[in-house]
Amino acid sequence: MDIRNELNGQLRIVIVGHVDHGKSTLIGRLLNDTGSLPDGKVEQVHEMSRKRGMPFEWAFVMDALQAERDQGITIDTTQIHFKTEQRPYVIIDAPGHTEFLKNMVTGASQADAALLVIDAAEGALEQSRRHAFLLHLLGVRQVAVAVNKMDRVDFDQYRFEAVSQEIRAYLAELGLHTSTVIPIAARHGDNIVTRSDKAPWYEGPTVVEALDAFRPQQAPTELPLRFPLQDVYKPDDRRILAGRIESGRLRVGDTLRFSPTGATATVVSIEGWNHSQPIVAAQAGQSIGITLDKRIFAERGHIAHHEEGAPHVTHRLGVRAFWLTSEPLAVGKTYTLKITTGEHRVTVESITAVIDIEDLSSTPAKAVHRNEVAEVVLRSRSPIAVDLASALSRTGRGVLIDGHDVVGGCIVVEVDEGPAASANTTEVSHAVTADERNAANGHKGGVLWLTGLSGAGKSTLAMALERALFDRGWQVFVLDGDNVRNGLNAGLGFSAEDRAENIRRVAETAKLFADAGVLVIASLISPLQADRARARAIGGERFHEVYVAADLATCESRDPKGLYRRARAGEIPDFTGISAPYEAPESAELTIDTGAVTPVEALGELLDYVDGVFGRNALKRDRV
Amino acid sequence: MTADLDYLESQSIYILREAYNRIDKLALLWSIGKDSNVLLWLCRKAFFGRVPFPVVQLDTAMELQEVYDFRDRIAGEWDLDLRVEQCPPEADMDQTLPPLTRAAARKTEGLKNLLRTGKYQGIMVGIRRDEQATRAKERVFSPRSLEGDWDVKDQPAEFWDHYKTRFDEGTHVRIHPLLHWTELDIWRYSKREGIPIVPLYFAKDGKRYRSLGEKNITFPVDSTAGTIDEIIAELVVTRIPERAGRAMDNEAEDSFERLRSSGYM
Repeated sequence: MDIRNELNGQLRIVIVGHVDHGKSTLIGRLLNDTGSLPDGKVEQVHEMSRKRGMPFEWAFVMDALQAERDQGITIDTTQIHFKTEQRPYVIIDAPGHTEFLKNMVTGASQADAALLVIDAAEGALEQSRRHAFLLHLLGVRQVAVAVNKMDRVDFDQYRFEAVSQEIRAYLAELGLHTSTVIPIAARHGDNIVTRSDKAPWYEGPTVVEALDAFRPQQAPTELPLRFPLQDVYKPDDRRILAGRIESGRLRVGDTLRFSPTGATATVVSIEGWNHSQPIVAAQAGQSIGITLDKRIFAERGHIAHHEEGAPHVTHRLGVRAFWLTSEPLAVGKTYTLKITTGEHRVTVESITAVIDIEDLSSTPAKAVHRNEVAEVVLRSRSPIAVDLASALSRTGRGVLIDGHDVVGGCIVVEVDEGPAASANTTEVSHAVTADERNAANGHKGGVLWLTGLSGAGKSTLAMALERALFDRGWQVFVLDGDNVRNGLNAGLGFSAEDRAENIRRVAETAKLFADAGVLVIASLISPLQADRARARAIGGERFHEVYVAADLATCESRDPKGLYRRARAGEIPDFTGISAPYEAPESAELTIDTGAVTPVEALGELLDYVDGVFGRNALKRDRV
Repeated sequence: MTADLDYLESQSIYILREAYNRIDKLALLWSIGKDSNVLLWLCRKAFFGRVPFPVVQLDTAMELQEVYDFRDRIAGEWDLDLRVEQCPPEADMDQTLPPLTRAAARKTEGLKNLLRTGKYQGIMVGIRRDEQATRAKERVFSPRSLEGDWDVKDQPAEFWDHYKTRFDEGTHVRIHPLLHWTELDIWRYSKREGIPIVPLYFAKDGKRYRSLGEKNITFPVDSTAGTIDEIIAELVVTRIPERAGRAMDNEAEDSFERLRSSGYM
């Protein structure tokens, strides 16, 4: 082979399929028969097989780990390089075992195309289908199928046709284009590199010919510009916005708009290092840095684009998600959604359907378990700049993070452009930015949401905090549950709907105050998790929940308004704690047990917390 | 004909910038070989001329003299924040390891000592998947315990360029910005960019170093390649593995896996 073939654009192929259908064997054979194995490898494999008392095991070429060879399964994804006459390849071996799906996803996500291996005798089993479905979600659109172990069915044409029909139909339903289904016997090299004489009825390509027919993925240079920011550098007097162009093109002189803030500026330069000539244009796939004509607020996660063809800005999106962890995804749970470099706290509003991998039917569900695929609606506290995956895949997909771990992935299938989505335009039309307000006030605006039983000490604590912060020069105001019922919410009663509406209105009002730069202390029993989750979604990232905890006996003994006595007497129906439930917060930012600390200590704790997250130091951190 | 190199470069710069943004207390491990030289070069591209974190060399005092000369010259010319860390002696190593593997383990221990100081949370290493089969299983962001242990059977999901950048206390992360490069890519890129190279890589008297390691456990291979172009031509046709001159790799079936599980680069 000469150097030109070598440079003919490398193609990344992932080999997927059910466990034991022969993926690693196929790869071992492929490497050997194309002369891609280094000297000594075959002897090494002979030795490894002999030591384990096995016949020559091609899979050992790929399975590098001791445990993999001992158990005869592939545990983690691996990559190996090989060449055909036409071009170099990276082969990605993905484990077929359901236990290791996250490793399969890791491998497959990097592929230009896939080869799905199916056992001729067994047909498309669960993991074959799951892998095919995930290929589709991961954005791998080119798939060829190898029907393996044809020697076990005597190269029977009818058996091959049956397996072939079944998988073609399944892939077509997923919208995956299958060019080719190939009968092979990987162990013996049939139809891998050389055409097998055992299947004279087959006229299609060999595996190598099928691989050579795939096209490398092209960077989407002709689609609308998406330039998500990774970082902002100040190496000298320049302020360089750095990131990678995910789609489209960008030129010096272009006017860019940044979502979700809506800020606009013009590109003055595309910065480089060790370039002999100034760079005037850049395109999808390039990691670049730009300078702008004016200093706008722009940070990691913001997406630059042209005026035409802007991304959606929304607080609510429908996604198709795949779940990789044992703790199920459930309604009401909060995760971090990361799309390109932007991170957003999202709450699961609903699970529309869990998809059955076997027949692709949908069933409604309350939770999504490990390895399942589902349609889910997410609500974000902050506005998200996003695309539909069908239009712009790279800015239309993301990962879900729980704690420190990536626990799932999703593609965006629906964007709710409801009234909440107009945050973009609101922010632009204000002549004063949130940063300016914060700087003027010396603290950030925000919502401190105090929840707890009646008598837990919410109002006392709220009023004391208001006084203390006011005395320090803060813009601060208490929205008290009882007080708002006299005015804003005078028309509302105590039915479940009215209580939920009461909380929603307080949350919306609190958000407005927070937008105006005020620190709002909302003091409401707000007994239900779902209502508080909604208040959180409205308040955005400035919403902090404080659980004012005190056990029922303590509250009842305090009974400042005599309400417990009346509730016990049956005079107040649905009284929280007595005849209606209180769902204690599971993930409050702060918990203060007023039964265990003195009021002075409680206030001290709260003050420290508020100072930490909304005070001067918090402002400084934001600027770094 | 170098569009593929542009892609590799861009991907590595993306990874470097993610690491710099997400990980506090970052350092780059510089072996002074061809790969970590490319890595340094990419840092200068990613951060517009400067390498904005310390560059650590784990020294066993067993490198060849040309390597030390090169280190001192480049560190000065590129204004690197170079930190040389001494590795513990071979006598302190796990005596159940085969002897040559034991010698290689000194670097692991040197690295562990460095991590125990708590000075660094992220260590960037210029390893590549095509070098060795267990490296092929690596993640770009690979979490390790403080002792450097690699839990190869339970690695994080890593897809669509979303890396694991959040960690529990007491862990650190290895970052591998060159994982997707091949040996040939490294040479082609070094040539295109004019990156300085330790002269030991070029053939002298029919031998050259294909992979640089300490002088007691690394040996030159037969070659007549005296220029980068000749090295590239050699690599296109060779069937000899890159680490053939690394004695410890082939001592036992799992010697490299054992080294890596306990923290080797």
